[in-house]
Amino acid sequence: MLNSKTKLNQKIFDKDVEMKPIRDGYGAGLVTAGTEDSNVVVLCADLTESTRSLKFQERFPERFFEMGVAEQNLAAVAAGLGVSGKMPFISSYATFSPGRNWEQIRTTIAYNDANVKIAGHHAGLMTGPDGATHEMTEDIAIMRTMPNMTVLVPCDAIEAEKATIMAAQTKGPVYIRFAREKTPVITTKDTPFKLGKNNILWQTDSPSVAVFVTGTLTHNALLAAKELEEEEGIESLVIGVHTIKPLDEKNVVEMAKKTGAVVTVEEHQVAGGLGGAIAECLAKNHPTPIEFVGLRDTFGESGNPWDLINKYGMGVKDIKAAMKKAAGRK
Amino acid sequence: MLEPLHDKKLKLLEEKANEIRQSIIEMLVEAGSGHSAGPLGMADIFTAFYFHILNHDPKNPEWPDRDRLVLSNGHICPVLYVTMAYAGYFPKAELKTLRKINSRLQGHPHRTALLGLETTSGPLGSGLSQAVGMALAAGLDKKKCRIYCLMSDGEHDAGNVWEAAMFAGKNRLSNIIAVIDRNNIQIDGHTENIMPLEPLKDKYRAFNWHVLEVDGHNIEAFVDAVNEARAVYEKPTVIIAHTVPGKGVSFMENDYLWHGKPPTKEEGKKALAELRTLQGKIISEHE
Repeated sequence: MLNSKTKLNQKIFDKDVEMKPIRDGYGAGLVTAGTEDSNVVVLCADLTESTRSLKFQERFPERFFEMGVAEQNLAAVAAGLGVSGKMPFISSYATFSPGRNWEQIRTTIAYNDANVKIAGHHAGLMTGPDGATHEMTEDIAIMRTMPNMTVLVPCDAIEAEKATIMAAQTKGPVYIRFAREKTPVITTKDTPFKLGKNNILWQTDSPSVAVFVTGTLTHNALLAAKELEEEEGIESLVIGVHTIKPLDEKNVVEMAKKTGAVVTVEEHQVAGGLGGAIAECLAKNHPTPIEFVGLRDTFGESGNPWDLINKYGMGVKDIKAAMKKAAGRK
Repeated sequence: MLEPLHDKKLKLLEEKANEIRQSIIEMLVEAGSGHSAGPLGMADIFTAFYFHILNHDPKNPEWPDRDRLVLSNGHICPVLYVTMAYAGYFPKAELKTLRKINSRLQGHPHRTALLGLETTSGPLGSGLSQAVGMALAAGLDKKKCRIYCLMSDGEHDAGNVWEAAMFAGKNRLSNIIAVIDRNNIQIDGHTENIMPLEPLKDKYRAFNWHVLEVDGHNIEAFVDAVNEARAVYEKPTVIIAHTVPGKGVSFMENDYLWHGKPPTKEEGKKALAELRTLQGKIISEHE
């Protein structure tokens, strides 16, 4: 059942569950962060409306900078602002930032320890009709391997707002991943959000598998846990991982010990993302069978977002199959 | 306006630049790797900056109102380190730690390793962007400081430079003064063979910059150019400074093969002898 301590949206499993794009939380969070700290500035590379940076621009026009389609300049200008006492948030699509400007982020932001927050929008397969050029599925991997970088992946619009505000309260470089498509609202204002602290979303009395999920697929993971219990009596845990780095290793090990089998779920390549982070942690601390749900070394394509999720093996039935397989490997 | 540059001070600066070249040779020989041509070519301009142009305080390197000197082509950092040491940012004895383990003097400059460095640089083409960020911050904070950005000519192959130039032109960032070390060489050869940059003045003009051209070894002319740039309030200014790579050491001058290697001990001795005698023009007691 849903963990009451996490105070989740009670309508999660209803047909009319509220759907909101995760990116909406960014716009709201920026305005809050900008109100709390006058050093917050926002730079955007010609995607002001779709990244929701517009909310900040309307409120604080003097602290907003339009950079044009120039993501390398976007990152390095932010670095210059960041070492001069400002706190820039840079907004673009994740394929371009951190995709195109990864080296500028590495040298001038991360190594340079500039206080810059990188917002990678339209990440994941559910960017949908735009096709694989715009479906960033490698960003978690390339950002979490970068020293000095914090990596956040909110699961809904409410968590996205909290993540944006949290980024402003966190010293140093932060990467936040956002998605385009409307997804179910999972959390509430009262759901805990602590940097580096996982949330147990679904819990049972005698779980045989622990599902770690991040971002947009959280609803699918919860549905899989619920259905598997109802259909086959297999009990599980679902753990929401909004902070990929620093990873909540204590919780990961504890959940693995409790269940003896693990599944990771993410709208990202199975290599190097959440699954990679969990596997590294468990290999070191408590070797456990793991099944990985995500993209398997392939690019996406154009299509309806939810159809793509199913076609590429990240649907509810795929998660259920992975859970059974992991539990069976004990 | 900067303070007037009297003849006496000019002579002092020229002598200082020569000493700085000697220290560059010594530190490169000691390091056993590093770049020779660019640092020697830029010694006069670095001397002009740290001993006449910059509004800075080596004893208080984090002073918020200081002018910023952003070195975009980080590989010429030997001249930056030597000039900073001469200016009092850190002890000269530390110069011999260049490129060695546990040193603050990284092979390419790292901001958080050494107070007084404004950026981390090495990968080319991103310094002007960072200078733009600093200029925007100064504008938001209504600070009067100037942001000087030193770039190589070869790094203008990188698109990032032109993204920054376009943005600075659009936003009329007159508190930015860029200086291009126009020495015509890069690692693989002459710039006009590798990737032609000319007409470089016209390119910057087309990006809405004020453009000046100067002899990069004439400290007086360079200071005059900076004064003119400081008087331009409606645009950013770029000073294209023509320099001789390897300046002061006959066997290095204008030879692109000296871009990225240090002198051996023997070559170092020869180079120092040349610098001490101004390439044989004066007979020194060191001979």
